[in-house]
Amino acid sequence: MSVDRRFLIKSFVAAGAAAVAGEATSEARVRAPLPADALGLLYDTTRCIGCKTCVVACREANGTKPDTSNSPGGIWDTPMDLNGQTKTVIKLYKSADGYERSFFKAQCMHCVDPACTNACMLGALKKREHGIVSYNPNLCIGCRYCQMACPFNVPKFEWGKTFPKIVKCELCRHRAAGASLSTIGGFSRYPKGHGPACAEVCPRDAVIYGTRQELLAEARRRLAANPDRYVPKIYGETDGGGTQCLYLSHVPFEKLGLPKLTDQPVPEVQQAIQHGIYQGFVAPVVLYGLLGAVMFRNRKKAASEETSAEKGGEL
Amino acid sequence: MTSADPIAGTAKPQSKVDRRDFIRLCTMALAAVGMPYATAAKVANALAAKKLKPSVIWLHFQECTGCTESLLRTSHPAISELILDLVSLDYCETLFAAAGHQAEDALKKAMRENAGKYILVIEGAIPTKDNGIYCKIGGRTALEIVHDVADKAGAIVAIGSCASWGGIPSADPNQTGATGAPMVLKGKTVVTIPGCPANPYNFLGTVLQFATFGTLPELDEKNRPKFAYGSTIHEQCPRRPHFDAGRFAQKFGDEGHRLGYCLYKIGCKGPATHANCALKHFGEVDDAWPIGIGHPCFGCTEQKLAFRVPLHTTIDIERPMPPDTYPPIHAKQGHVSPVATGVAGVIGGALLGAGYMASRKLGEKPPSEENGPRKEA
Repeated sequence: MSVDRRFLIKSFVAAGAAAVAGEATSEARVRAPLPADALGLLYDTTRCIGCKTCVVACREANGTKPDTSNSPGGIWDTPMDLNGQTKTVIKLYKSADGYERSFFKAQCMHCVDPACTNACMLGALKKREHGIVSYNPNLCIGCRYCQMACPFNVPKFEWGKTFPKIVKCELCRHRAAGASLSTIGGFSRYPKGHGPACAEVCPRDAVIYGTRQELLAEARRRLAANPDRYVPKIYGETDGGGTQCLYLSHVPFEKLGLPKLTDQPVPEVQQAIQHGIYQGFVAPVVLYGLLGAVMFRNRKKAASEETSAEKGGEL
Repeated sequence: MTSADPIAGTAKPQSKVDRRDFIRLCTMALAAVGMPYATAAKVANALAAKKLKPSVIWLHFQECTGCTESLLRTSHPAISELILDLVSLDYCETLFAAAGHQAEDALKKAMRENAGKYILVIEGAIPTKDNGIYCKIGGRTALEIVHDVADKAGAIVAIGSCASWGGIPSADPNQTGATGAPMVLKGKTVVTIPGCPANPYNFLGTVLQFATFGTLPELDEKNRPKFAYGSTIHEQCPRRPHFDAGRFAQKFGDEGHRLGYCLYKIGCKGPATHANCALKHFGEVDDAWPIGIGHPCFGCTEQKLAFRVPLHTTIDIERPMPPDTYPPIHAKQGHVSPVATGVAGVIGGALLGAGYMASRKLGEKPPSEENGPRKEA
């Protein structure tokens, strides 16, 4: 969907009118059901060899420029984390003694109930086809609330640009345009060149894509087949209300930088706080009333000073 | 080859090439362009049919003949096989037995008999200053000759950097106004095979494809065959693992240099040079190419690099790739210390105060001096 300037301004006006006319409505939050064709990734730390082919493929597929800021002389592409020009990155976990190691692929988790879309006031970030958390720059005002809201620290801002955008993985949805899914080897796949680039190029199938159900089934199969190999858990199955990108690991997930979350969706907590503050619209009315009173007082004072000055005949 | 052919009349091959050898030759030549094995027989048949043996006119201008010298040292096919069995080399100043009027007649005859079909190979830059008087053959300038011969050519191939974009003759101060064939023959497709010298197999592959199928290989935006110039030296370099691991020769003859480390820091232009030298070495000798013998790539195929950027100056990497290292799981985030916050607060406060005082002064009385307002602003 493309939104032009006219539509945006109209929406602002309509929203303003609604805010003036209507009373604040607060209702119980309904969890939206996940579509059956929700796509995701499954990353398996025991398979990843850290070749970073996915990082390079991601750059090519999304047209992001290599980040050379951390390499002396600017000769390598060395993002330290996801950033305004990096949608996926391979990181390394090393234990203190150096013996326990694991790679970790970071990208958007495409939560079942995302905090970012909940925080986004105009719907620039929204779950669209296949449950992909998608970004529409035409609706973005650059408030960066999504950055604050995301428990995985995923959305990034183009700080260096005059007209910055939010940068995050969108599961290469621009490549899938016009292509249709078909079942190949038990997974829903696009024709080659239309699916998520990172999963398509992985030489070890450390990261694969498919629908969430298929990936969950595959993850359970791997856990059952090699129980000694893995931490007995699929990260993202229920964490933070569940994510469409799932992880299997041989080291505890916290060590990979994945936060410990309850099964409650993150935005539910956020919404409880936010809605608490604005309950009955009391807090804003009190705040603006106070400000109005101060202004009124100052105005009165200034008016009386002016009249006294005129009387004095200085001007 | 007809008996009237000047080359056929003077130099008969010693060894007779039978059909088996012939197909073997074609296979090897085609392998250079990455064509399927099965096409070798087609090439052989096409070339064996006398009429299809392509006429080649080879023009030399401002150059060192290094590209010809490089071509002379090929073995599959060898130059003798090339010019006697695979193509009909009808005019070439270096390899001609004929001279003077005889040679010029051969050129005219070849152009007349094969009009629209012959392959024109240009070696060397073309001087354009002062109407091109700085290079003349048989009383005609290079400009006149190249326009004349290119007019009726079936395909035009510029071999070497000089013919492709100017090469050494076009380096500063370029007193003859030397430039490449594509710049002179505007509007015509000139396949360029840059290199100093050009790799002979890139040339052979291109010419033999045209001779057999009448087509040219896929070309890039500079009309270079993609099979040879599609990737950079850096992308195919045997020393690439050293680059990725951060192992560099820091100066000539140091420990790293002797261990065969990456030559980027002593000026290698590989990361911005499009060529297949790393895969196709020169003179039939393994590792016979600059980086193979321990010298940084000079960027000889690139107009923006060769003879323009100093030999040992490092250049920007065209497409940086990840190194052999990884960011840690908890990447250090930039943070602001409390002291810095305090200092910033003090400065901000002082500025605010100063602004307030200035605005009060502005209101009090009009400025007496001429530059008063500016001082306060």
